[in-house]
Amino acid sequence: MQLGVYSFGSLARRADGGVVSSAQAMRNLVEAIRLADEVGLEYFGIGEHHTEPMPASAAAVVLAGAATVTKRIRLGSSVTVLSTEDPVRVYQQFATVDALSNGRAEITAGRGSSIESFPLFGFDLHDYDRLYAEKLDLLLTIDRGNPVNWKGTVRTDLVDAVVVPRPDSGHVPIWLGTGGNPQSSLRAGQLGLPISYGIIGGVPAKFAPLADLYRRAAAASEAPATQVRVSVGTPGFVGEQGESARDLWWNEWHHTMSELGRLRGFAPPSRTSYDRDTAPGGALFVGSPDEISDRIIELHSHLGHMRHFLQMDFGTIPQRDFLRSIELLGTEVKPRLEAALGVEPEVVTS
Amino acid sequence: MSHSFTIGIFGAGKVGTALARLGIAAGNSVLVSGSPRHTHTQMLLDVVAPGAVEAGSAEVMVRASDLVIIAVPFAKSDEIDYGLFTGTIVVDAMNYWPAVDGVVADIERAELGNSEFIAMRNPRGRWVKSLNHLGYQELAEAAAEGTRGRLAIGLAGDDGDAKAVVSAWLDDIGFDPVDVGALADGRRLETGGAIFGRSLSRGEFALSLGLVES
Ligand SMILES: NC(=O)c1ccc[n+]([C@@H]2O[C@H](COP(=O)([O-])OP(=O)(O)OC[C@H]3O[C@@H](n4cnc5c(N)ncnc54)[C@H](OP(=O)(O)O)[C@@H]3O)[C@@H](O)[C@H]2O)c1
Repeated sequence: MQLGVYSFGSLARRADGGVVSSAQAMRNLVEAIRLADEVGLEYFGIGEHHTEPMPASAAAVVLAGAATVTKRIRLGSSVTVLSTEDPVRVYQQFATVDALSNGRAEITAGRGSSIESFPLFGFDLHDYDRLYAEKLDLLLTIDRGNPVNWKGTVRTDLVDAVVVPRPDSGHVPIWLGTGGNPQSSLRAGQLGLPISYGIIGGVPAKFAPLADLYRRAAAASEAPATQVRVSVGTPGFVGEQGESARDLWWNEWHHTMSELGRLRGFAPPSRTSYDRDTAPGGALFVGSPDEISDRIIELHSHLGHMRHFLQMDFGTIPQRDFLRSIELLGTEVKPRLEAALGVEPEVVTS
Repeated sequence: MSHSFTIGIFGAGKVGTALARLGIAAGNSVLVSGSPRHTHTQMLLDVVAPGAVEAGSAEVMVRASDLVIIAVPFAKSDEIDYGLFTGTIVVDAMNYWPAVDGVVADIERAELGNSEFIAMRNPRGRWVKSLNHLGYQELAEAAAEGTRGRLAIGLAGDDGDAKAVVSAWLDDIGFDPVDVGALADGRRLETGGAIFGRSLSRGEFALSLGLVES
């Protein structure tokens, strides 16, 4: 099992009660990625978000900042809102991160959880499906190599185009990011792409039929075994003691979800629902190293995922607490998982 | 329940397949009309809602069903052929959710409840608003009659007979139905309302909306 972290950026609370600037939030992310690498975590995902409390809008740039100060950790987007991006530019940026990190870049393409990027980049939400389908096709076409030839409706055709730099391995891994819509699982399998589930509520084990659907669709389309991989991102936080970790994190979670609820018209989460969601079986992986490793192992028995990564920095969680949680994930949770599940083999794609 | 329902579901997404599973578990015949943009809907159903059957066409599905449910994104709901719904019991499970759907100018202008707005697309349909207030994962927690923690689901509509059928069906698949009134009263089930997103018992639900239990 690979372990990791993902973040949309956050404005950490300072000792004086104020919060850091959005610029400092970007520097905090690089610091977090660096620590994650040092403590042996395998993955860090960034963005894409365009809000004041969660300002990590330019994932590849943050990852490039981290690329030259880290050694082993894989650096990805979580997710790239492909519909409002230029796939040529996305590929160039992540191929550059791949170069600077000696082959550690990944792209996860997805819908994302919000639509701010549409007005921001001048796209019409009503074109969503066409934009997404065509741009994914273009991104995959570019990854196949130069020269790039592509036809579609969302931009001019590409004729013998050259997209550089090229990754040394030949490819940047491209994942499909999705929530619970079964049609997305089916599609990822049909395309033979690895799939990344974002699970932020309910009972994650109930994603088992979706992972099954994904694997069956991949088998039916004869996708190579190395491409058939499942990763899972959930909210979570690790502290020395389960109880105090849940108490500390509750304020941050409540803060973010109340804010979101106010915008979208749902009630703030109650402590009762939080206690249920942070208990075994729930979607919030908040607790002690023992609790978190047990819960990941239990979920693994349902989903067979090869990577689990946590979004820790909700609310205005102080940077110190964020870093401590990353450290515990690497130094305490990881050895427990390796003891139980063995070391996750390197994936060699050709 | 002696009568076994045949239900038809528009949309094989999160809500559509969750309801399909509940229907199958309750012994319903379940038909599903999937997205015009996707293929292999039957393969999908075989894995995530075994027993559910992809309808040959929307028309076939509507004809065969005791009630149909609309579970597609609100912003795409205008793709459905509403002409099919004349005389049919239609459950609108959709939420207009600008953060996901984008702003739909017509409904912003209309100042109507979401389901009243949708119902205008065929006033001769027998419209019932229901199943919109809980997340799809909570919907999956439906439970047998008499079980502790059984969840309440509100319903609203102008056709009393249609509501009776939908109530019986909700009960069949594992919910405690609560009638909140006419279709216009369905606004109380929408986003921003007192019960939206909350897993409540029948009593709590009625209390939150200030309804006296009959
Ligand atoms: N998610 C929840 O927890 C929840 C709970 C209660 C109510 N709701 C409401 O229920 C509706 C569906 O939500 P969801 O979460 O299930 O969305 P979803 O997972 O995105 O699924 C909707 C499905 O409907 C398909 N579709 C689109 N147009 C269609 C058409 N004309 N005919 C048949 N299928 C079509 C979509 O395919 P494409 O990929 O082609 O669009 C998609 O697969 C929304 O209005 C939502 O507000 C959601």
